[in-house]
Amino acid sequence: MTTESKIKIAFDVNGEATEVAFAPHKTLLEVLREDLGLTGTKHGCELGECGTCTVLLDGTPVLSCLVLGLACAGHAVRTVEGMAQNGKLHPLQETFADLGAAQCGYCTPAFLLAAEALLAANPKPTRDEIKEALAGNLCRCTGYIKIYEAVELAAARMRGENAEPRAESLYGS
Amino acid sequence: MARKGDSSRPTARPPDRRIIGRALRKVDATSKVTGATKFADDLAFPRMLYCKLLRSTQPHARIKSIDASAAAKLDGVQAVLVGRDLPIPFGILPVSQDEHTLCVDKVRFLGDPVAAVAATTEETATAALDLIKVEYESLKAFASAEEAVEHPEPRIHDYGDTGNLHKVIDLEFGDADAGIAEGDIVREDLFFFEGSTHLPMEQHAAVAQWSPDGKLTLWSSTQTPHYVHRALAKVLELPAARIRVIATPNGGGFGGKSDPFSHEIAVAKLAMMTGRPVKITLTREEVFYCHRGRHPTLMWVRTGVKNDGSITGMHFRSLLDGGAYGSYGVASTYYTGALQTVTYHIPRYHFQGARAFTNKAPCGPKRGHGTPQPRFALEVHIDKIAEQLSFDPAELRLKTLVPANSLTANYLRVGSMGLGKCIEKVVEGSEWKRKFRKLPRGRGVGLACSSYISGAGLPIYWNNMPHSGVQLKCDRGGGVTVFCGSTEIGQGSDSILAYIVAEVLGIDPFDIAVVTADTDLTPVDLGSYSSRVTLMSGNAALQAAERARQIIALHAAKKLEIPADRVTFADRRVSDAKDPKRGMSFAEAVQLAEAAEGTIGTVGSYTPPQSAGKYRGAGVGPSPAYSYSACVAEVDVDPETGIVRVPTIWIAHDVGRSINSAAVIGQVEGSIYMGLGEALMEEMAYRGDLKVVHKIPSLLEYKSPTTLEMCDVITYLVEDPDPNGPFGAKEVGQGPLLPVMPAVANAVYDAVGVRIDEVPITPEKVLKAIRGKAKGEAGRVGPTRFPDIPWPEPTRVPTPWEGGDGKAVVLAKAP
Repeated sequence: MTTESKIKIAFDVNGEATEVAFAPHKTLLEVLREDLGLTGTKHGCELGECGTCTVLLDGTPVLSCLVLGLACAGHAVRTVEGMAQNGKLHPLQETFADLGAAQCGYCTPAFLLAAEALLAANPKPTRDEIKEALAGNLCRCTGYIKIYEAVELAAARMRGENAEPRAESLYGS
Repeated sequence: MARKGDSSRPTARPPDRRIIGRALRKVDATSKVTGATKFADDLAFPRMLYCKLLRSTQPHARIKSIDASAAAKLDGVQAVLVGRDLPIPFGILPVSQDEHTLCVDKVRFLGDPVAAVAATTEETATAALDLIKVEYESLKAFASAEEAVEHPEPRIHDYGDTGNLHKVIDLEFGDADAGIAEGDIVREDLFFFEGSTHLPMEQHAAVAQWSPDGKLTLWSSTQTPHYVHRALAKVLELPAARIRVIATPNGGGFGGKSDPFSHEIAVAKLAMMTGRPVKITLTREEVFYCHRGRHPTLMWVRTGVKNDGSITGMHFRSLLDGGAYGSYGVASTYYTGALQTVTYHIPRYHFQGARAFTNKAPCGPKRGHGTPQPRFALEVHIDKIAEQLSFDPAELRLKTLVPANSLTANYLRVGSMGLGKCIEKVVEGSEWKRKFRKLPRGRGVGLACSSYISGAGLPIYWNNMPHSGVQLKCDRGGGVTVFCGSTEIGQGSDSILAYIVAEVLGIDPFDIAVVTADTDLTPVDLGSYSSRVTLMSGNAALQAAERARQIIALHAAKKLEIPADRVTFADRRVSDAKDPKRGMSFAEAVQLAEAAEGTIGTVGSYTPPQSAGKYRGAGVGPSPAYSYSACVAEVDVDPETGIVRVPTIWIAHDVGRSINSAAVIGQVEGSIYMGLGEALMEEMAYRGDLKVVHKIPSLLEYKSPTTLEMCDVITYLVEDPDPNGPFGAKEVGQGPLLPVMPAVANAVYDAVGVRIDEVPITPEKVLKAIRGKAKGEAGRVGPTRFPDIPWPEPTRVPTPWEGGDGKAVVLAKAP
């Protein structure tokens, strides 16, 4: 096989200045998982079809399987590993965990980051706006409903409201 | 227990329960939301090699030669495997050991693995595949069950009941024809259920490690580590005691990771050959080739019904397209005939089922395993019967319910039965009576019901050992560790163990460490399939916890100078029920017990009750408990485009008792979602030409519901505790999927007056039926004939009400 020499880039990963060397053909997904050990970012197709590898690039959700690692030089990447701070979960992580928005958990990092980007742009999204923002992410476990509810609950708490989950979503109608 | 900042705090005020039934966080939820959970592909080891499989480019062919010499010489390639290197066959069922790790003399579907390579990089392994030369001699390939029935030759396998029919079943419980003839009406219908696939978001992955001391370790995204353990021992000819299988948390399973797979055995062998860790992660396309999903199934049903709605007899036929290998197929075939009897009373019942081999990816168990197809047929059939008899479909069902604590015609023992309550809930919640047959054209409602097993009564391979085992260790610091072979696939099985032990011992679920799915560390649990885990591992955990409680209570009682039965366990304390201030911490109580008895550890195990049926084939269908669901779907059908939208589904599920109600609702919503996909869009479709190529092996082209298609779901939990379930719990992971497809089909009829007697209900089919109806045709899309199958002489079993004892009778052959 051809052995391509590695190329080093510097970029911001989860708020930390990071330097990493990798073969230039590698995608951001591969760089994160294989060269930086950040396996929280998952993959479902590596063809840009499922949204499972979503990370934030300068705050915008991107499919890391379609972004070259080289293209991230000088930019800021946020992965699920960067969400919890000082041993405390992000409000979205809290509500995803409490409501059961994560079942197998495989698509969860991608949904969390897509939702985080949504709330950064729109702190009070409607249900339809949430659906639209998450339409590029597939989940086979939850039927999405607990994800919507978790996003709504976290959004309310992030707005400073003292919100609790709806009893029906935990105990049925 | 609801202390502020406690990670296990309830997220809303629960009903009057301590732990069981409450909506607690799952024990693995935090690691899932932080990305800390290690799935199989997240594992990496120093000097690890990467494995790739070469797959057949032919749907059916003899392998004339394989030349892998050039691949073996490629720089970076460490080992190459072909079929003859692993000649011992395997398969999930003892009766169909028909798979090889790599094909030996023939390939049976496009995608069948023929060679494996281990190399230092994935790119090198992929490049090496291109250097392997395989010479094929093409054979006639079969793309459908009908073709396979029509052509007994060439045989895809050299075993099976006849020609290309893998399995042919004929079971008759009472004289069904005579029963049907007693009906005031006799209705006959044909249905088709297209195949669909699990589509877990995680592609299958496995890593194998070989130690020179002769120990093999395999990490794999499998739902059934115990069966993988057995398959590895068999194929690799290693003592099982030297093999350790660890099921990593599955990134979705839905039945698709329940078979032992070629890639698992290949990496194990390659690790043994190279002495280095070897990993494989399937591409998404390869996941479609692993498949084991829903069998495409053609069905014919004939039922006699009295004017009062009671069923007098039923005759049901199914023809399953099994794909290229046996997998769970024999069981799947029986399941297409087993559970018809547990919802509506059928006094006489005849089932004929056949499974054909075809040259497609093998079918197997997908959520609902063999029962969603007949349930679709039955519930649409009932809808048509109700209309014919001028009954409201809800009323008709309520009149014919199987009573609780009864035996069915095919000897299934029904325990708790909450279907009536379920129907009432969705009828009321959906305002059914106001809507049914009364909504404007284009809008409609449909109702359907279902039932599912809470685990199979019999194990996959014959043995009389428990189906689930738990070990429990109490630490003197007050922590408890639970060991169980059960496998977390997102359904919450790890949490169930913690909740049940915490409930019994009065501690916090998060004080419990859960160790699961590791054949070196955990007692056997048969696996995460057939909705068996909550009931079976739950009962095993309950027994182990009660035994620990007994030991601890004995010594706490001595100290408190009270009888042992007065000791209570709650809030991490062990105290006197009559005077709760007198007591000690749970940890102190464990220490007293440990001082007196030594290390405190207990075991629990669970074996299902004996089945009532004693006939050949009675092994499929019995379960310790049956769950029940009722569902109303509301649809919007655009008569111009045929597009069906589902705004809302109301579902009531009899779960016996919720262990964690939020987790139960999560399973219900996920089931509705997957059922909606099967109802409207999902199809594992092939090009019908000679190549039998999968049409759409990608996540983009295999249509599944996104957030934009998913409906609202209104869930009602019906709790009719079953004496066989832990705290009364029954299954929830699969049953609520089943009524969705027929409810949608019935709603489409209510909306636009056409019958789509097959799923998926695509716009093309709806439009075709609407246009046909406008031209004076029947307004139906669906199959029109059921092929002639060489059915065997039926196994005749007198029903319980005919004095039967569950055994078949031997009758003289008719002249």
